[in-house]
Order: sequence, then structure tokens, then C-alpha cells
Amino acid sequence: MTETLSGDEQFPVIARFEIRRRAYLAPDGTGLRRLPSFAFDIALLVSFYRAMVLARAFDLKAVSLQRTGRLGTYAVALGQEAVGVGIASAMREEDVLLPSYRDSAAQLWRGVKMEEILLYWGGDERGNRSSGPAHDFPHCIPVGSQAPHAAGVAYAFKFRKQPRVAVCLFGDGATSKGDLWEAMNFAGVHKLPVVFVANNNQWAISVPLKLQTACETLAQKAIAAGFAGEQVDGNDVIAVRAAAEEAIAAARSGEGPRFIEAITYRLGDHTTADDAGRYRTPEEVQRRWKEEPIARLRTYLVSQKAWGKAEEEQLVSECQERIDAAAERYLTEAPRAPETMFDHLYAELPKVYASQRDELKGGSNA
Amino acid sequence: MPESTLVEAVNLALARAMQDDPNVIVLGEDVGVNGGVFRATVGLQQRFGPERVIDMPLSELLISGACVGMAAQGLKPVGEIQFMGFLYPCIDQLVNHASRLRKRTQGRLSCPMVLRTPHGAGIRAPEHHSEATEAMLAHIPGLRVVMASSPERAYGLLLAAIRDPDPVVFLEPTRIYRAAKGRVEDDGEALPLDVAFVLREGPDVTLISWGAVVRETVAAAEELAADGIDAEVIDLATLKPYDEETVLASVSKTGRCVIVHEAARTGGVGAEIAALIAERALLSLLAPVVRVTGYDAIIPLQRLEQYYMPSVGRIAAAARKVYHFS
Repeated sequence: MTETLSGDEQFPVIARFEIRRRAYLAPDGTGLRRLPSFAFDIALLVSFYRAMVLARAFDLKAVSLQRTGRLGTYAVALGQEAVGVGIASAMREEDVLLPSYRDSAAQLWRGVKMEEILLYWGGDERGNRSSGPAHDFPHCIPVGSQAPHAAGVAYAFKFRKQPRVAVCLFGDGATSKGDLWEAMNFAGVHKLPVVFVANNNQWAISVPLKLQTACETLAQKAIAAGFAGEQVDGNDVIAVRAAAEEAIAAARSGEGPRFIEAITYRLGDHTTADDAGRYRTPEEVQRRWKEEPIARLRTYLVSQKAWGKAEEEQLVSECQERIDAAAERYLTEAPRAPETMFDHLYAELPKVYASQRDELKGGSNA
Repeated sequence: MPESTLVEAVNLALARAMQDDPNVIVLGEDVGVNGGVFRATVGLQQRFGPERVIDMPLSELLISGACVGMAAQGLKPVGEIQFMGFLYPCIDQLVNHASRLRKRTQGRLSCPMVLRTPHGAGIRAPEHHSEATEAMLAHIPGLRVVMASSPERAYGLLLAAIRDPDPVVFLEPTRIYRAAKGRVEDDGEALPLDVAFVLREGPDVTLISWGAVVRETVAAAEELAADGIDAEVIDLATLKPYDEETVLASVSKTGRCVIVHEAARTGGVGAEIAALIAERALLSLLAPVVRVTGYDAIIPLQRLEQYYMPSVGRIAAAARKVYHFS
């Protein structure tokens, strides 16, 4: 498709593909076409809005805690809240989420507590014990390396004939890794119930998409693995949810994997340890602010008379209250004894390591 | 009871584990219809079906990564990597995920998987098919690394590895897949992990080894016996975590120790054992601890490979030197 190898048309075309881009709300919040049926449940859209506002406010709090030395490095999802909420809201409790490190919004929707996310990024693995579904994976840090896990989880579902779906979230950078391809390839072969979701936020730290791939879309990578991919406006939570709903339903009913490429933009730095000003212009970022997902949905909700100033003010203060309370619980979490670094290393600590653990118990090594 | 080769013992253990536990899944390249390149999985797909014995796409990273996902879901995946030289794409999955899933979720998820792979040289195989790089695996916290050196131990240790609640890399010595024979009772009895096996007791010198060279080590002990030197031979078997007490007890008794491994010397598991002895049994020593190992050279192709691996002669010579050290 990208290139014609030969002008000679005597040979038959034996494969073609197309990728569609789904969008319902324009950046200005007006409708582009008839909305999917779930979107007529205005209370549901309000719940999406509330979740996105909470996720963004939570990110801001996390950054503020990091800047004041009370949290470690943190990856904000600024501008990408619709991906997390749109995808997670289409999942069932029994499905398995395999998130990346930028997917707090999805994790919060799944029931992970804010103080747990803070606790992990504050340097304590107990945060990953998580109040979300016990079978969900913790966020993955080595990029794309959770994709094979998603394939394995999906294989287990298929093997046990359980109508469950694995949902794997990753960024555009992950699509350059073999891990993702290898997982997609296997999922295609066995028609596994897994949905791969690329949060294409245009930047992998400092490397722009055009240096990541020569493909017109990331979604078309699914074609090579033998299943369908589509692109959605990742700043349109209705589009993300609709695509996720369809893909998850298809996977659940045995139709095999799907790939969703959600086009977003990373409005923030890669992490609190990054300075995006080194590699992109403020003008570019400014331009992208006009497309961000929260204002878009708010405009739509206001146009539907489902949202107003009073609701907004109440939501903001409610979020603040919840976030502050969560931060307080995080900050007052009792520290762990040093020897707990040996907890959960194995189901049962091999006795040869007991002396190392005991050395920590004394506390004299620090 | 008929004799089994080591690879047949592996097959028996896999079949037994699959029969006992419907969650056990075998996955790898050519493990199904073909029964594995060494025939370790022969007959399993016919018996247990293609859903439990999966011919995987040609992707080692995927095999290890899919194991992690399956294991987190409560299956007991046993992945096969055809040769240790093809295991390296799995290192990311082993280090970053398999070994730490339990830890990073504080016990919420775990990873009861086994990754099997043939280990070592000596079968005149092409390049990359003769690797002995167990030390890099033994360095990973949270992992178990096990190596069998006889059919009986292959059977019992593999059953133990599959039943273990944590990830295990199970190394199978290629060179003795068929050369080693023994009477393996298919009784479903596992051997303990993390425990070394004393194959021969003797007061004069301790010989510690694992994998295929255990055979040369035992042969060297027999040669030494003819000279009146009574060696103790230990098969370390589990390299991570390893049985420090058996090593220390033996060295405390003999005061002399030779460590034998096929892997290259520098940074090998032998160095770890020598350090342990230096730290905890120095005053028992009557002679320096000596290593007989593969050289710090890339394992040569088949024309020279026999010069690379520890031979009975090299092992016996080292033991004599240690024994006669004043």
C-alpha cells in the first residue's frame, strides 16, 4: 500500500487493507455523526467526564508531590485521560488489564486507589497490591514487554473457555518493539481474546512518531498479524469507548484479537524527570491543547444541558477533597522494615537467604 | 524396570505432570507433532492435545512472555527453548517479569512457570547450540535455576520445578541426553529443589559439579580412588538458590575442593562457590580452592569443542594437585 513496487499490472493483487478512523465528537465538542447507543445514556457520559477530571487532577497532585520531594518519578497522562477511561469503562471486572506506566486513568476506573498509585511511585511495592481486580497486572515499565503476557493471559481464557478478555495498553513507542509484534502474531494465530490498544501520543520521550515508523497508521500493524485494527480519535472518549466496546465484544465472542490505535497527544513531559521543551516547541503543544479530551466532552455535555457551572465547581472541589485525602493516607502510610525487601521474593524464602534478611533486621547496615 | 535416557526421563516427568495437573501446559517450537528437536516432548501432543502442547511461533521472547501471562492466570506453563543459545531473548522476561511478578505485586500475582532448555556442548552442533551460560541466570533474584545430571534426577527435579510456585529455569545437559541411562521409576515422586546431591562420599577432596560434567567428575573420582585418593562428589543440581550447607559441610570435612563446570571461568557459578568457601570455611581449607572450567573463550565449533570442556584428566590432575598441596 505504501509503495508500488512495480508498474507492471499483469500480476494480480492478492491482498489489500484499509484502516478506518473513528470519531464522534469534533474538537469543539460538536457531534460529527450519530453517536453510538451507549452515548445516549447521558449519566454514563457524565461518569466518563468525572473520571477524566479526577484522573487529571490526580496527576497534578502527583506532580506537585514529586516537585516537593514527596514522590518519586511519575509519568503523567495529561491529555490522554480519554484513552484510559474509554477503554477501562468497556471492560468487565473479570477481564484483565495489562497497563503501561501511563495508565493511571484506566487503573483508577478499575478500582485501584489513588493512595496505592502514589505509594508505588513513592517507592513502596505495596502500592501494587492494589484494590483493583486482583487478576489485573501491575503497570509495566519496560516498554511493550507486557504484550506477551496479554497473549498468555488470553490463551488461558481460551483454554479454560472463559468469556474473558485481556486488554493491553501501551504507547506508540511500544509498536517498534518485537515484543508487541510477537504477541500480536501469536494472538492472531490462535484467535485469542485480547485487545491491543496503542495510545499514540506522538512522542516516545523525545522521539516523534515519524522516527518510530514509516507506516501511515499503527493500526495497520494488526493486518500483518491477521486481525483488524482501527484508528480512533483518542481525545474523543465516546470514540474510544465505542471502539473498545466493539473490540472487547468481538474478542469475548471468539472472533479473536483486535487492535485500537488511539490518536492522542502527550501534553505533558514524558515523566517528571523529563523536559519536553528540549525537543518540541511550545507552539506545537499549544496547538494540541485545542484538541484535548476533557474540554471537548464538557462542551458536549453543556450543549446537552447535562453539565453546568455549579456541577463543575462541585466536581472540582470533590476531586480535590478525595485527592487530598488519598495523598494524606499515602503520606502517613507507615514505612516498612528493611527486611521486607525479602517478602514475596519467593513463595517461601529459601533458607540460604535468611541470613541476608536477618542482617537487615538488625538495621545496622544502613 | 527398563532403563531410560535423560531425555526420556524428561519426557516421563512432563507426561506425569500433565496427567496429574490439568493446568500444566507445554509450549515451544516444534514441541507438538515433532515432539521437540531432542524428542523431549514426544507423544505429549497426541496424548494431551494441541491446546496443552502448543507449537509456538518461532519466537523465544514470546514463549517466555506468554508463560508469564499464563502463569499469572494460574496455569503451569512449561516452555521449551530449543537451545540455550536461543534463550537470550527471554532474559528480559525472566529478569523484568517472571522473577519479580510476585514481589512487585506483593504476592497478589505469581509466576509458577518453568523454562526448559538444553545446556552445553559436546554434540557437534552448529554455532550458538553449545552455550553454558547458567551463571547469568543464577544471578537473578527471585528465580530458581536447576540442572539435572542423570535421568533419575532429571525426572524428580523437573517434577519439582513444575510443582514449584515460582519460576524455574530447568537446564538439561545436551551431551548426556541419550548417553546417560538409569532406572527411572515413574512414580510421580519429586526430588527436593535447593538441595545438592552427594553422589560419592569421601574424606580426601570435595569435587563439586553440575550438568553433563558431573559424569567426568565421577569418572575422575574413580580414577583418583585407584590412586588411593577418596574424593567426595557433589552434584549441586540447584544453582540458584544453591545448597550452601552441603558444600560447606563437605569442605569442612575434606579441607580441599575442586569446582568443575563446563561454563567459562570468569564470573561463573564456581566463583560464587569459591567465595562462599573463602567466607565461611577458610580455616578448614588445607589447600587453595581450584576451578576446572570451560575456558574464557567463546565455545569453539565442533572441531575444538572437546578441548574446551573439562576432561576427566583435567579434573583428576586438579584434584591431585589440591590433594598433594602441603
